[in-house]
Amino acid sequence: MTAGRFRLLPYQAGVLVALVAAWQVTAQRRWLDPFFFSMPSAIAARIVQWFGSGSIYRHLWTTALETVLAFLAGAALGVAFGFAFARSPALSGIFDPYLKIANALPRVVLAPIFTLWFGLGVLSKVAFGVTLVFFIVFFNTYQGIREVDRNLLDNTRMLGATERDLVRHVLFPSALVWILSSLHTSVGLALVGAVVGEYLGSGRGLGYVIAQAEGTFDTTGVFAGMTVLAIFTLAVDLAVTLIERRLLAWKQGAAEQT
Amino acid sequence: MRPSGQAPRTGRRDLSGAVAALEFYDVARRFPVPGGGTYAALEGVSFAVARGEFLAIVGPTGGGKSTLLNLAAGLLRPSAGQVLAFGAPVDGVNRRAAYLFQQDVLLPWKTALENVMLGPLLHRQPRREAQEHAMRWLARVGLAGFENRYPHQLSGGMRKRVALAQSLIVGPEILLMDEPFSALDVQTRALMENDLLRLWQEDRKTVVFVTHDLDEAIALADRVLVLSAGPGARVLGSHPVALPRPRDVTEIRLHPAFVEVYREIWAQLRGEVLRAYAARAPTEGSAAP
Ligand SMILES: Nc1ncnc2c1ncn2[C@@H]1O[C@H](COP(=O)(O)OP(=O)(O)OP(=O)(O)O)[C@@H](O)[C@H]1O
Ligand SMILES: [Mg+2]
Repeated sequence: MTAGRFRLLPYQAGVLVALVAAWQVTAQRRWLDPFFFSMPSAIAARIVQWFGSGSIYRHLWTTALETVLAFLAGAALGVAFGFAFARSPALSGIFDPYLKIANALPRVVLAPIFTLWFGLGVLSKVAFGVTLVFFIVFFNTYQGIREVDRNLLDNTRMLGATERDLVRHVLFPSALVWILSSLHTSVGLALVGAVVGEYLGSGRGLGYVIAQAEGTFDTTGVFAGMTVLAIFTLAVDLAVTLIERRLLAWKQGAAEQT
Repeated sequence: MRPSGQAPRTGRRDLSGAVAALEFYDVARRFPVPGGGTYAALEGVSFAVARGEFLAIVGPTGGGKSTLLNLAAGLLRPSAGQVLAFGAPVDGVNRRAAYLFQQDVLLPWKTALENVMLGPLLHRQPRREAQEHAMRWLARVGLAGFENRYPHQLSGGMRKRVALAQSLIVGPEILLMDEPFSALDVQTRALMENDLLRLWQEDRKTVVFVTHDLDEAIALADRVLVLSAGPGARVLGSHPVALPRPRDVTEIRLHPAFVEVYREIWAQLRGEVLRAYAARAPTEGSAAP
């Protein structure tokens, strides 16, 4: 499967090159209006200029910071609530409908309210990201703990485990598998939270850069911002993959079996 | 049916005056059924296991053998009657017993070594000590060199060996085993059975070994208990196995006394196996349109 993927790489790259080339040519010959569609060479020049002058770094840093904070806070809350709900049927029974409603709510409508409450800075974006990340981690933790093999618990109990030992040796590692399985989604959502929050109101960050460019009909700026954002997302995703590999080292090669 | 709820006779002593390792008095266990009502897995089960005895329990599938071990382990409470370990009622997890489960129960996120170390660590042994202790036990079950493998990187037989070391390292006085070798191929199984006998010979723990394989039961045990088919399984008979020790499980099968005991127990077990089969057949048939 991996071998197949690598064999396809030249074709995949070929598609990208062909599209970019076609865009460049059509824009240069004015078949496409560069005012509306910009052109690859201009976009590349803009990106080079951003990095050359260093003006982009503070935006990248802000977005990265918001993403990390939103993920950590959302994950911590999700794990804590997931544990509590999975271990207490009363708690999950009472709050279940409220969680369902909260999760069904389109969270984007909260972004302006958070700006109102927490201001234009980092905090409002983090709060917004948390509402996205929390539910993913919460549901996975809950599921991971409910799905623990009863026999694993019984066996560990027979070996002398107290309830606290069970959390450490069985419940948490078991939930971790589920949490990590959704890591790409939850980190992705933290990033979405940061960018959307910035887009809707802020003074820095990649979302802000794109919103600014749009405000002045600077299509080159919009596409340059989108390109930087895409590369940033890929880098984050790669980092997540590396972390996942490390934490799930015990599963290497078993992934296909289970 | 026997009356239950009578006063428990605790701490009965055997001929030498020692308290039995495990005693069941008129034990029943019922489970709620999804549609309502209850299903009695065990009803009126009474027997005792002497210290150092190797007891095998055979019975048809679904007859309540695992339930019986869960009661002895303290993972289940009896619906009626009493379970005693060394004269004291089993209340909560039976700390004097180890349990080798029918299923694979090694923690998949721990290596063989970490799995075996788990018991000592839970008993608050220092890590270094626990590790050395676990290394010795892995060597004893023939797995030196496999310490850092994860369960999925081991064969089924190797996993059973790790599980055996994991249970025995905590020094239990009673070893409960639920069809531990039933998933293994014939050769591996004979090897494991001999290993088990060798380990048992060293310190003569009390063993309760559940199996549905009569050959295995006789080859290993001092006594074979026959359980009836469910619902309401009870003890049908108790058959002493007067075969010499130390034994080799493949050779002992050729011993004349083996064949004799086998015939005797099979005469009793056969009817139950057929009954269990007959009880199942109509429900399976009725599923067809
Ligand atoms: N937790 C439970 N809830 C409901 N019914 C149960 C439960 N545990 C066991 N039973 C029922 O009790 C009966 C005995 O089950 P048990 O697992 O003890 O049988 P067994 O003799 O170990 O069978 P096998 O040889 O197939 O392992 C079965 O009919 C089973 O459906
Ligand atoms: Mg069973």
